[in-house]
Amino acid sequence: MQKCFNQNKELEKQIQFLTGNRESTEALVHAPVLPPFSKTVIDFLSEVSKKLLAMKETKQYPDIVTWAFWIRKASILAYKERFCGTLKENELCLGRGTVFHIAPSNVPVNYAYSLTAGLLTGNKNIVRVSSKEFRQVELINWAVNEVLESYSELIPYIMIVKYAHNREISDYLSSLTDVRVIWGGDATISEIRKSPLPPRAREITFADRYSLAVIDSDYYLEKEDAKKIAQGFYNDTYMTDQNACTSPKIVIWTGNFIYEAKRRFWNALYELAEKQYEIQPVQAVDKLVKMYLAASECGCRQVKEFDNRMVRVELQKLQSSILEYLGNSGYFYEYDCDNIMELADIISDKCQTVGYIGEKEFIRPLLEAGLDGIDRVVPVGKTMDFDFIWDGYNLFAEMTRLISLI
Amino acid sequence: MEYTDILNIPPYSMKKEEKETLLTKELAELTELHRENCCEYKNMTDCTGYQRENIHSYYDLPFLPVRLFKERNLKSIPDEQIFKVMTSSGTTGQAVSKIYLDRTTASNQQKTLVKIVSEFMGSARLPMIIVDCPSVVKNRQMFSARGAGILGFSIFGAKKIYALKDNMELDIEALKGFLEEYRGKKILLFGFTFMVWQHFYHRLSELKKQGKSFDLSNGILIHGGGWKKLINDRVSPEEFHDRLQAVCGLNRIHDYYGMVEQTGCIYMQCEYGHLHASVFSDIITRKKDDFSVCKYGETGIIQVVSMLPRSYPGHSLLTEDEGVILGEDNCPCGRKGKYFKILGRLKNAEIRGCSDTYAEMFQSK
Repeated sequence: MQKCFNQNKELEKQIQFLTGNRESTEALVHAPVLPPFSKTVIDFLSEVSKKLLAMKETKQYPDIVTWAFWIRKASILAYKERFCGTLKENELCLGRGTVFHIAPSNVPVNYAYSLTAGLLTGNKNIVRVSSKEFRQVELINWAVNEVLESYSELIPYIMIVKYAHNREISDYLSSLTDVRVIWGGDATISEIRKSPLPPRAREITFADRYSLAVIDSDYYLEKEDAKKIAQGFYNDTYMTDQNACTSPKIVIWTGNFIYEAKRRFWNALYELAEKQYEIQPVQAVDKLVKMYLAASECGCRQVKEFDNRMVRVELQKLQSSILEYLGNSGYFYEYDCDNIMELADIISDKCQTVGYIGEKEFIRPLLEAGLDGIDRVVPVGKTMDFDFIWDGYNLFAEMTRLISLI
Repeated sequence: MEYTDILNIPPYSMKKEEKETLLTKELAELTELHRENCCEYKNMTDCTGYQRENIHSYYDLPFLPVRLFKERNLKSIPDEQIFKVMTSSGTTGQAVSKIYLDRTTASNQQKTLVKIVSEFMGSARLPMIIVDCPSVVKNRQMFSARGAGILGFSIFGAKKIYALKDNMELDIEALKGFLEEYRGKKILLFGFTFMVWQHFYHRLSELKKQGKSFDLSNGILIHGGGWKKLINDRVSPEEFHDRLQAVCGLNRIHDYYGMVEQTGCIYMQCEYGHLHASVFSDIITRKKDDFSVCKYGETGIIQVVSMLPRSYPGHSLLTEDEGVILGEDNCPCGRKGKYFKILGRLKNAEIRGCSDTYAEMFQSK
């Protein structure tokens, strides 16, 4: 190992260390793994949470606040109970080693969730953040570094780096890796995969996905508050320019009062979009292009009710070709559905989340049909909420190893 | 009205009301023609809820984003009537627009171009310097926008030379000989804005420093193709003009706005620096929020309509350019019709979401 570092001295000069430094690479390699949910890590995260929530500037960033709440002690202890509560006496659970996280470029706080998962599962972490400048990343890193000063024993477990695309650096960091986590699209995955992993290492990839929403019109009209739902759906979609993997692109309507439900739902949503969503000219043109491309082969009709902030296109039937023309920035296909099984035609392996309004049981037949897609079924308004079970992976299980002691 | 009759209308003679009546009638007919003959176009217009009886003005017609011609082969003629396919000059690997022409549309494009340009340079053919290299027009199978532009404008040239060699070097000997031969005569120069700047102006300016200068004070330069690459060089249209004049005496310089999707109907710049719509086509600016029509003086996304395209559904297009209509029928140059300026391409939006780190990694390389 020592030899490896000498060889890589030059390479390391091209890495910018946001947390940790050149020496800590060596410390990281030699540090032992921890058991999941170790007290030190929980205390550390709780301090980071307090530090961030006490800062005035943080309040401007709902994404930081959400993460800071997520890493509070109470929230983490609930996870501990969920994942470690079922461990048997003849089982011992430990982190797998070093997790190399490649964070996406456009969701600033995502790297913090990935790091948290790595730490709580007892691993040492190398996080490559995007080379774009984000204030959120600066603030979080500042808090992490501040708290690390009184938790020096955790220094080898947290290394946050930036580097411009460089195959040799990715090769080098991958060679230290036991679990590689790649967030971001298919192109990034195939690029990073050019860097080989050690034989026992594993990889978690978050590829390009799309998501849907299913709304039971009767339930919506009877039981839900239109404003609250609109805010939730706005957060699911417009908040990320409807461009997150979790953002619903197609809205499926069921039940007996579809017409009425649509009116209430879209009106309430438009009220928010009109006030809060600024659209660029090129986004308006992009949506028109998507609509015409879809129309040229799929049979659909524009619902001309609002403006370019909210483009709605009604599908005459559900067919997989529509998946080629999914849009963003407030571009929705919708379909009136009699039977939930009709959705089978648009559920490919790229389908990630189904956001729902209604009784979730009515989606179950679709899940039990053995389709290639759908990894999450969550209420509308919660599609972005991070969890250890994500995108079909149990991150807890993926990042730990189980020792049998018989 | 037959297009041959329309061609007899002087290009800058028609006032607003009269032009609106003509365009509405002709463009509504073209919309129907393309709906009957291009199934994709019919599906697209059906999607927007198009109904013939709801069209009261050409402002009400659907408009297709130009990008669709990159994604789809849109044509309203059977394959055996395809006379040529024009393509936009995209860089390698980029999708290019494909525009299908039959003989009639191709011929109307050429005739329209002649009508428009003659208004600026007179109807006599002139000795012509093409500011480009000969190889750009050699491949006649696929007409790139650059090649098509040169061929289209060549009709105005009596005797023609290319100012550049195939390696993009200025052909000094040829230029010198040509200017001697036509000393004192009016000369037409044509080229793409970027070529004129990069390979013509720069070289002339170097030569001038070495004491070799060329006199083009009798020249008329017509150039187009956009300012994007020059804006990176921080060259404004005014500076472009001033520096060309300083280096070779060139004084009559006309920029034009046009695109391969509506070849023929170009928008020429007048002596007052305004781009003008001719009677054969028109320009509309639209708001980003709802595509409603902008007021004069307000910046918007540019829509272009043209009475020419019969072989492909490109008579009403939404461009990816931004511009401002400055007025109509009242430009100090005396030409009727709308006059405007182009502000450039729509900016790429930075959208959020779990997008790819890949492209970014390569940008920072």
